[in-house]
Amino acid sequence: MPRAFLQMAAAGAVLVLASVLAAGRASAVEVSGRVGLESRWYDQDEAHPGQRSHASGVVVEPKLYAEDDEGRSVTLAPFFRYDGGDSRRTHFDVREAYFLVFGALGEGEWELRLGADRVFWGVTESRHLVDIVNQTDLIENPNEEAKLGQLMAHLTWSGEWGVAEFFALPYHRERTYPGREGRLRGQFVVDDKRVSYESSAEEWRVDLAARYSHSFGPLDLGLSVFEGTSREPCLVCRPPRLNERLELLLVPHYEQIRQFGLDAQLTVESWLFKLEAIHRSGFSNLAGREEDYAAFVAGGEYTFSGIFESDLELGLLAEWNYDRRRENATNPFDDDLFLGARLGFNDVQSTEVVVSLLADAEHSTRSLFVEFNRRLSDSWSLHVESVFFLAVDRADRTTYPTRRDSFVELHLSYNF
Amino acid sequence: MIHAHSIRCASLAACLVFVASLGGPPAARSETPEEKGLRIARETREKAKGFGNFTASQTMVLRNKQGQESKRQARIKVLEAPGDGDKSLFVFDQPRDVKGTAFLIHAHKDKADDQWLFLPALKRVKRISSSNRSGSFMGSEFAYEDMGSQEVERYTYRYLRDEPCGDATCTVVERFPVTKRSGYRRQVLWQDKDELRLRKVHYFDRKNAHLKTLTLAKFQKYLDRYWQAHEMTMVNHLTGKSTVLTWSDYKYGTKLNERDFTRTGLKRAR
Repeated sequence: MPRAFLQMAAAGAVLVLASVLAAGRASAVEVSGRVGLESRWYDQDEAHPGQRSHASGVVVEPKLYAEDDEGRSVTLAPFFRYDGGDSRRTHFDVREAYFLVFGALGEGEWELRLGADRVFWGVTESRHLVDIVNQTDLIENPNEEAKLGQLMAHLTWSGEWGVAEFFALPYHRERTYPGREGRLRGQFVVDDKRVSYESSAEEWRVDLAARYSHSFGPLDLGLSVFEGTSREPCLVCRPPRLNERLELLLVPHYEQIRQFGLDAQLTVESWLFKLEAIHRSGFSNLAGREEDYAAFVAGGEYTFSGIFESDLELGLLAEWNYDRRRENATNPFDDDLFLGARLGFNDVQSTEVVVSLLADAEHSTRSLFVEFNRRLSDSWSLHVESVFFLAVDRADRTTYPTRRDSFVELHLSYNF
Repeated sequence: MIHAHSIRCASLAACLVFVASLGGPPAARSETPEEKGLRIARETREKAKGFGNFTASQTMVLRNKQGQESKRQARIKVLEAPGDGDKSLFVFDQPRDVKGTAFLIHAHKDKADDQWLFLPALKRVKRISSSNRSGSFMGSEFAYEDMGSQEVERYTYRYLRDEPCGDATCTVVERFPVTKRSGYRRQVLWQDKDELRLRKVHYFDRKNAHLKTLTLAKFQKYLDRYWQAHEMTMVNHLTGKSTVLTWSDYKYGTKLNERDFTRTGLKRAR
C-alpha cells in the first residue's frame, strides 16, 4: 500500500516538475536538505524478546524547489532512513511532492496546493492534539512529531476576516510502528502486512477536513473539523494473528471518525497562554468499545530574557493534558502534567537545552525528556535527545510496556 | 528595521526653503533640546516615508575576540504600512540548519509588535512574543531592538550638539527608550546635517556603560530619495566581538503586497 502511494506521489511530482521545467519557466531552482548520522543507546535490557539495545542509522532528506516568475512552484522532498537496529525502521517516504499556485481574490487571496504535503495545526508543546491531517511516522520518534506525506488538494481562501482552508485527502497512510527488534513498542508487535478498515473503500476513501483561523490582536484562534479515516488505529478491535514464531501480532483497524478541534494562543508580553481541545466520535477506546470523548491540553509559557545581564533566555512552561476516557485512553496523556524548561544561550552556535517532565496524576509514572542542540559549523549541527522513564506504574497500560526503553540519542547532521 | 529607517533621507533643502519662506527656521528661538531632538527624529521619519516596498539581501559576519568568523545570510522583504509600523519578512539561508526558517513582523506604533516564526522542519507557524527586545539577533551583536522598527514614539529625545563627523557635519541627538524592556539606558546618534543619514550610534547599557558602537557606511541613494547604508558595523566594547552587516540587491517598487505578509504568505516564503 505504501508502494501505491509512493508511485502516485512520485508520478505526480515528476509530472508537475516536468511541466514547469519543460515550459522553461523555472526562474529559480534550489536544492537543500540534510544527511544525518544517528545512534541510539538503551541502557537497560529489553522488556520484550528480540529487542535490541543499540541502533545506528542514516537519514537522507533532500529538498528540491523550483519556481516560475509568477511564483508558482513545485516542491519535492523525499525521505530515507536506514536503521541498523530495527529493520522496519529502515523506510522511505515522500514527505512533500506538491504544486503550489496562488493569486488575488477580491480583497483577499486564494492558494492551492496539490500533491503530497505536510500540514501542522496547533500551539501546545507537550502534545499536538488537534493536528490530524498527516499520519504519524511513529517509528521515527515516539514524540509523534514526525509525519508521513499526505496526498491532498489543499485550498486556502483568506481575507480581512481570517483564513479558511479546505482539504480533500484521497489516500490513507498507515501508521508506522516499531518491529520485533525495535524498542519503544507495546508488548505485541503491530502487524505491518495486515490492516483493516471500517470503510469499504479502505485506504481510498476520500477524507475531508476544514479549518478556520484568525488573529484577533493578541489572540490566535483556530477551529477545525476532520471527517474520515482515523489516523490513529484501534489495536484491539480485530483479533490478533500468530506469526511463524507463534507470537501475537496486533492487526490495526482504522475507523471512520469525526473530530472537532480548537486551538488558541494568547500572546501577552512574555506570556504565551495555550489551549488545544478536541471532540472525537466514532473511535474505539483501549477496551475496544466505541466511545465519544473530549480531550484538551491547556497551559502557559513564560520567557525570562537577558537573565544575569547576559544573552541567556529561560523559558518555563506548564501544560495539563486531559482525556475524558481516563483509564481507557489510547495514549499516555489521560491526566498528566507537563513541566518544561528551555535554556537558550543566544550564542553563535544557538546552543539550547530543554528539560521536561511528564507526570501522570493517576499513576506514579514519571518520564523525563532532555534535549540539547548546538550548531558545530555552518553546515554541521549536533542534536542530543534522551528519554528517561523514571518510574512506570504497572497499572499504566500505555507506558508500562516501554518501562525499560530509556534512551540517549546522538544525532549529527550535515545540512546543505 | 534598521534599514527602513536608517535614515534614508531626501533633500533637506526643499524643506528649508519652504520653512524659510514662512519667515524663519522652525520652532526657532524657544525650542528646547528635547523639542529639537524630537523634531529631528520626526523629520527623519518623514524622509523615510513613501517608499512603498523593497526587497534586499543581507549577510552578517560575526567575529569573536579571537577573530573566528561565522556567517549569516537572509533575504528581506519590507512593506510600508501607512499609519502603522512596517511589515517585514526575513527568510534565512545560512547557517544551513535554519535554512528556510522565516520570520514575520508586523510592527506597531502604539503597541507591541506581532511576530510569527515559520519552522520548516514541522511546517509549523508559531506566534512568538516580541517582548525580548534586548536579545541577540541570530547570535550577532545586533539586538532585536536594533534590527526592529525604529518608530519615533519608542524613544524620548534630547539634542546635544553639532560637530564634524568625517566629511560632514553631524547633529548629535541622545534618545532614551520608553520601554523598560530595552537593554539600553540611552543611545547617542550622529546624523549628517545634509541628508539626515545616520552615521554612528553609541549604545549605553542599563548601567550607563558604553556597550556598543554602530558605524554605517557605503551609502547609496534609491528612487532618487532614499539613502541606504550598505555596511553596518557593530562593535561590542565589553566582549570584543563584532558583527558586520552587509546589504545588497536592494529592489524598490516590487510586486510585493499585503498578501505576502500574512500567515499564509509566511508558509510559502522563500
